[in-house]
Amino acid sequence: MKYTKIFVAFLLFALINISFVKGANDGHDHGHDDHHAAFDPGATAIHHISDANVYSILDAVRIPLPMILYSKDKGLEMFSSGKFHAGHHEDGHNSYNGYVLHHGSVHRVADAGFPMEGSVEIEGFSHKEEEVNGKKRDIYFAKYQGKEFRLDARSTMDGGILGGGFTSFIDFSITKNVVSMILVSLLLIWLFRRAAVAYSKNPDKAPSGAQGIIEPILLFIRDDVAIPFIGKKYATFLPFLLSVFFFILGLNLWGQVPFLGSVNVTGSLSVTMVLAILVFILVNVNGNGHYWGHIFWMPGVPVPIKILLACVEVMGLFIKPLTLMLRLAGNISAGHIAILSFIGLIFIFGKSGESLGGSLVGTAVSIPLTMFMMAIEIIVAFVQAFVFTILTASFIGAATEEHHHDHEHAEGIHH
Amino acid sequence: MTGTFAALGAGLAVIGAGLGIGMVGGKAMEAIARQPEASGDIRSGMIIMAAFIEGAALIAILLSILMA
Repeated sequence: MKYTKIFVAFLLFALINISFVKGANDGHDHGHDDHHAAFDPGATAIHHISDANVYSILDAVRIPLPMILYSKDKGLEMFSSGKFHAGHHEDGHNSYNGYVLHHGSVHRVADAGFPMEGSVEIEGFSHKEEEVNGKKRDIYFAKYQGKEFRLDARSTMDGGILGGGFTSFIDFSITKNVVSMILVSLLLIWLFRRAAVAYSKNPDKAPSGAQGIIEPILLFIRDDVAIPFIGKKYATFLPFLLSVFFFILGLNLWGQVPFLGSVNVTGSLSVTMVLAILVFILVNVNGNGHYWGHIFWMPGVPVPIKILLACVEVMGLFIKPLTLMLRLAGNISAGHIAILSFIGLIFIFGKSGESLGGSLVGTAVSIPLTMFMMAIEIIVAFVQAFVFTILTASFIGAATEEHHHDHEHAEGIHH
Repeated sequence: MTGTFAALGAGLAVIGAGLGIGMVGGKAMEAIARQPEASGDIRSGMIIMAAFIEGAALIAILLSILMA
């Protein structure tokens, strides 16, 4: 009997999924380019983990977000992304002042001859592969009155390494990721305020409510991360460690909530880069003489080795925050991509909605795999927040440690 | 073609990281079995070591993404 219930629930879930498959396929006829004919799991996954200028929930509700765009010739412009009338795949049906929305992110029409003022209807988008500076790039085009207009992507600070570079405009918009960060921060402030008020009101009572979530994690970070790694001065760094831990954990878990936009904030390299830079500044500003001594002039080894070690240690100075940045972004993005690939099985087996039986098989395979992956991802959310915090604490500890065994260095026993 | 080689590179990096993290985990389990009272210290040491190995593997994977 128990199994019948599970089977019925499973069947219902499969049917809902098939209706989504059908719905997704029906939406394709609305002025879209040809590359949707065959399902491309890689491109779909990248589209879904990317940041966007519109917050989509379940491909049905699209919350417009504020756009703040700067271009040299037109200056600063602010408007709502609702002006683009985003539809399926977060493609905008309208242009606004020469800007269009394609795959959720804003693009600027680079060709003259396109109406740069006001709003016009776009007939669709297409893309071509072009060789730019010896690298193959996807260049996007917008169709308007039967003509194709080349689009510029937003400027990125990667210097062209990751396929970006400086283009004709800069995007300062409040994107999906920024909204998620603000939401999670407000949620954390609310939670911590509640706990703090409860502590000041009933100082000698057993914890209840918000305290119940905060206290065990807070004590764990203090007693198992801050005190063993930093030592006596832990109180100075504890607020930073706790902020980083709860911020990363909150965003990791927010990204795991199904159907709520599945944002990928901690999987975005720009967010983790800022976190890593904060750690880098904190560690090196607080580094004491021993720390810098061990980097530039390692005690207790011959001079040629000292020079060699100085090179290695200076590289290590930058590799430490770099790995912090890559680890968090890589782990969270990889989890999201794995889940999206498993969901993509429905479309691969179902040939993008052509074969109902195939979709059923795909769904039957996809649901258990996806649920398994999501369970793993909840563990990863905690582990990655913890690893980021513990590594930060160990870097701070190494930089601020007081040495009491300098005689050992002189004899060459230590290190 | 470069994409294929990049995927191979990523695979090789994962083999290395898998071996490394496996060794760290195995030895840590052994150590915890020998000295259960030190399990807290061993566990945090294990996680840090695994994170360092993962960092090296991630640099390799980033390189293979950039070269692809």
